[in-house]
Amino acid sequence: MVLTILSLGILASLFGLLLGYSSVRFRVEGDPLVDKVDSLLPQTQCGQCTFPGCRPYAEALVKGETEINLCVPGGEDTITALAETLGREAVPLSDEHASHVPSLAVIIEEYCIGCTKCIQACPVDAIVGTAKQMHTVIAEECTGCELCVPPCPVECIDMRPIKPDISSWTWPQPYVAYGAKN
Amino acid sequence: MSRLYKFPGGLKLAGHKTISTRQPISKAAIPDRLFVPLGQHIGSPAECTVEKGQRVLKGQTIGAVTDYVAAPVHAPSSGTVVDIQKFPAAHASSLPSDVIIIEPDGKDEWLEREPIPDITEMDPSELRNLIRCAGIVGLGGAAFPTFIKLNPAGHQISKLILNGAECEPYITCDDMLMRERPHEIIDGAKIMRHALNAAQVIIAIEENKPEAIASLQALASELDWLQIQAIPVIYPTGGERQLIKVLTGKDVPSKGLPLDLGMVVSNVATAAAVHHAIDHQQPLISRIITVTGSGVRSPQNFEVLIGTPISDLIELAGGYTEDADRLVVGGPMMGITLKTDATPVVKASNCLLVQTPPDHAGEAIIRPCIRCGECVKVCPVKLLPQQLYWFSQAKYLDDLQSHNLFDCIECGCCTVVCPSHIPLVQYFRFGKSEIWKKEQETIKADLARERADAKTSRVERIKAEKKAQHAARAKKNAAAADRKKEIEAAVARTKAKKTADIDTAINQNTEN
Repeated sequence: MVLTILSLGILASLFGLLLGYSSVRFRVEGDPLVDKVDSLLPQTQCGQCTFPGCRPYAEALVKGETEINLCVPGGEDTITALAETLGREAVPLSDEHASHVPSLAVIIEEYCIGCTKCIQACPVDAIVGTAKQMHTVIAEECTGCELCVPPCPVECIDMRPIKPDISSWTWPQPYVAYGAKN
Repeated sequence: MSRLYKFPGGLKLAGHKTISTRQPISKAAIPDRLFVPLGQHIGSPAECTVEKGQRVLKGQTIGAVTDYVAAPVHAPSSGTVVDIQKFPAAHASSLPSDVIIIEPDGKDEWLEREPIPDITEMDPSELRNLIRCAGIVGLGGAAFPTFIKLNPAGHQISKLILNGAECEPYITCDDMLMRERPHEIIDGAKIMRHALNAAQVIIAIEENKPEAIASLQALASELDWLQIQAIPVIYPTGGERQLIKVLTGKDVPSKGLPLDLGMVVSNVATAAAVHHAIDHQQPLISRIITVTGSGVRSPQNFEVLIGTPISDLIELAGGYTEDADRLVVGGPMMGITLKTDATPVVKASNCLLVQTPPDHAGEAIIRPCIRCGECVKVCPVKLLPQQLYWFSQAKYLDDLQSHNLFDCIECGCCTVVCPSHIPLVQYFRFGKSEIWKKEQETIKADLARERADAKTSRVERIKAEKKAQHAARAKKNAAAADRKKEIEAAVARTKAKKTADIDTAINQNTEN
């Protein structure tokens, strides 16, 4: 009797210590679900969802504070993916008229006055330049979020749609109406 | 003759080859204008090195490489560069790509060429570089830069397999090359063997080309390293992996390369191009192409300059028949339908097939999949086409990948046997390009996330630094104020003491 209590007691405290140690040693920083949700978002950091970037939106989604249909650049695919991950029902995009055309910010360099306002607005540091010097956009890093457009006092930033070329072309989904000719 | 093996699936197809082998290869005339695209190969497009109005000589480099996986392009004839512009490419999308337009002067004047010394003395890497500079890519259709393939990358190469199977119906350009110019292939094989340090070279040819086998055999008998191997006629035996299976019984691993088995497979026409590049210092500026099908009047093979408009070639082959209604570049199984014949011949174009309505009468009415499993039986890669079809329709990209969509060689066997006439290969191409697009988007999103995080943390850091600075300044100010107070207090104390001292002195004086 005493031996049983003693041995079980020792075992229990051993496991307790092990669990305690593991919870410290293998502690997960932050909420892994936020990371997962964040990875489903397109990272344009455009703020069209009313949050100041993709990660804040992901955090709000995980807390259940907002709708899953606010991401315009992600569109339907993102809504489907979010619905699956968060176990919520897929709904159509909130702003049904909003359409996202992948585009690129281009600074018309002859008009740029070097005010650095767009640099401060760019969420991904894709604009280079300094005070009273001409600015330019690093094309590979621009997400097309349009956040640099409103702050420009001389309206010298154009959003240019990215034209499809052979290297980025993808096969269209075959449309098959049964009974139709191939 | 060594033992041969079988690959799973495959089809016996009607060859339709004799219609274009009745006449010898004829040399197509220099066209009025040459349209030379800068991106004719797998990898980054070449960068234009000529200007509008510049005179170029035959064989001069007009597009230089900018990347490792790339190939330069050369002027196919001497003349003047009249324009560098966007032009519809011989590509499924018909999207425009950069093209250098040359107006030939008819002199066909070669760039001065330096003879290349004996290759047996040459370092294989130097040889590969020469092949790279000659702009040679795989001429079987994939257009992968050949110099990369000829790099053994630390592997011991036991076999170099030259692919003369030409299993796709209608195409006969390799057949005609092997019949008429076997020495070019064998000379090219010698060079490639040296570059790879390969023990043996096998030229594999389907049994339905007895003339080609005989003409190569006649030259090969005295070479102990070369074997001419006839293989059974079954589509797609000319696929790289299928050919290795037939010849050696070995399977190339799903994500591996023939190199992992110590083998390299290359097209016979590529070997001939290597021979021209090394023995005659001629870069890849022409190729042999089959113009065939029931929609052209006089089907035959042409040796044609790269950049010749397809319409010119059709004209040389007697023009279209009245009922011609479809132009395909490549064969009937894997070819791509073109929307216009204004596009030029590129390095990868092996065949122009013009079809008439009876040719595609088989593509009748599309019906739902009945899961009969016929497609599974014929798949040479042992995939499940009917399952991939469902996943592709629903855009289940993860499932497509876990069912090895990327092993699909798009041979078209499943589409041919499907009793519901579902265009399966189209679904697989769509699925592949969706996965690829998703990958590109992920790469871009990851970069954007990294940069956004960096910016947020920088902004926060600067804010915190400013706050700390403010606090430090406030503290300093407070300390200074304290000190001032202390001094004032001390001054006050001293003053008080002084007054007190004087008072005492006065008192003492008055007492005295």
